[in-house]
Amino acid sequence: MSDKKNDVILHDHNHDGIDRRGFLKCMAWAGTGAFCVMQGGVLKSYSLSRLGELSEKQAKGELSFVQISDSHMGFNKPANPDVAATLKAAVDKINALPTKPSFILHTGDISHLSKPEEFDATEQILKGASAKDVFYVPGEHDVIGDDGKQYLERYGKNSKGAGWYSFDHSGVHFIGLVNVMNLKAGGLGSLGKEQLEWMEGDVKHLSKSTPIVVFAHIPLWSVYPEWGWGTDDSAQALGYLKRFGSVTVLNGHIHQTMQKVEGNVIFHTAASTAFPQPKPGSAPSPGPMKVPAEQLHSVLGVRDVNYLPGKSALAVIDSTLE
Amino acid sequence: MKRTVFKRTSLTLGFAALAIVMIMMAGRAKSFAATAGQEKPATEVKIDNFVFAPNTVTIAAGTTIRWTNRDDIPHNVVAEDKSFKSKVMDTDESFTYTFAKPGTYTYFCSIHPKMTGKVVVQ
Repeated sequence: MSDKKNDVILHDHNHDGIDRRGFLKCMAWAGTGAFCVMQGGVLKSYSLSRLGELSEKQAKGELSFVQISDSHMGFNKPANPDVAATLKAAVDKINALPTKPSFILHTGDISHLSKPEEFDATEQILKGASAKDVFYVPGEHDVIGDDGKQYLERYGKNSKGAGWYSFDHSGVHFIGLVNVMNLKAGGLGSLGKEQLEWMEGDVKHLSKSTPIVVFAHIPLWSVYPEWGWGTDDSAQALGYLKRFGSVTVLNGHIHQTMQKVEGNVIFHTAASTAFPQPKPGSAPSPGPMKVPAEQLHSVLGVRDVNYLPGKSALAVIDSTLE
Repeated sequence: MKRTVFKRTSLTLGFAALAIVMIMMAGRAKSFAATAGQEKPATEVKIDNFVFAPNTVTIAAGTTIRWTNRDDIPHNVVAEDKSFKSKVMDTDESFTYTFAKPGTYTYFCSIHPKMTGKVVVQ
């Protein structure tokens, strides 16, 4: 880790990119939500309940947006029998933000079984959000049975290949990647040659000071490969981003918040709006985690991202649905 | 007298032989029906905690396997050589496939590709 000068990780005993202090911070995000500011690669996090103590400069930027993930519309098992209600709670949370976000990123698993009525229901609920534009990437639950045909018809208008695309907003370059298609037996998430070639070309002409936000469903870092929580060819994709000063990677899939800083890249995973999943290796499988009903909202969430021009990174607020 | 006895004996023997033949025919008819109607029970593979169990099954050609999803999360079954592919199975749903040809078939869940299994058909 010696080449990563900007790391805030002081004691990485398990070589997993998380020291004890960082882990405790992760715990705080999962339980209560936190406001995180990256300044010069150093993480500052504040409890959501103390947001009032932050200065306006810290809370506001030229660009703010929200990330939500894993709505799993159609899921109706005991872990959360009403995923529509928790998505609505997420929308309420978005609408209560002090600054209206420019748009919403949905990092996949919009539906549970790729059924048209599941996509419809999610879209209908999100229409109630203050931010009208929603940018999607597919999760593996959105491409079941038809190799993503329906997903592409609904959300792929301005995309390439299986649904990847990029856009610019307020000086930030956003790249939406698809890593849930053509998965190989025994493998992890996969981007594939065609998408990697496109991505290389997409960032080639950008200046190295352009802040980059990459979003995809399955984590682009090895969270826990034993449970498939990683992407086989993510290193190649991240390789194209080495020359950039600020790279933020936003993922879903694992239904819990985690963060890792590696050189110029900050990785975040978002909580689900539907149901929590266990911490890596803490259960026999990554199936839905059943928590008492009164605790459910504390393990689901919304992410608010603020971009402050001139800073090297983005400020990230994770809030739970409580 | 001796003659009569002989006649009776042969008659009894004749009936006995007929009865045996009838029983044998009935038995054959029964086994015929079993083959035609696929009444032979399917070999079960359960999906529990993102694992196919048993992970490897060895069966005779013509055997049917039934996969049943016991997880709260949907799974499917896809052969690596694409010879069979299930629809998505939600909780407690099943998929059956009859293996006609001998060979080794590796399969996985294309939604959770870490989940793999094998069928050996003899």
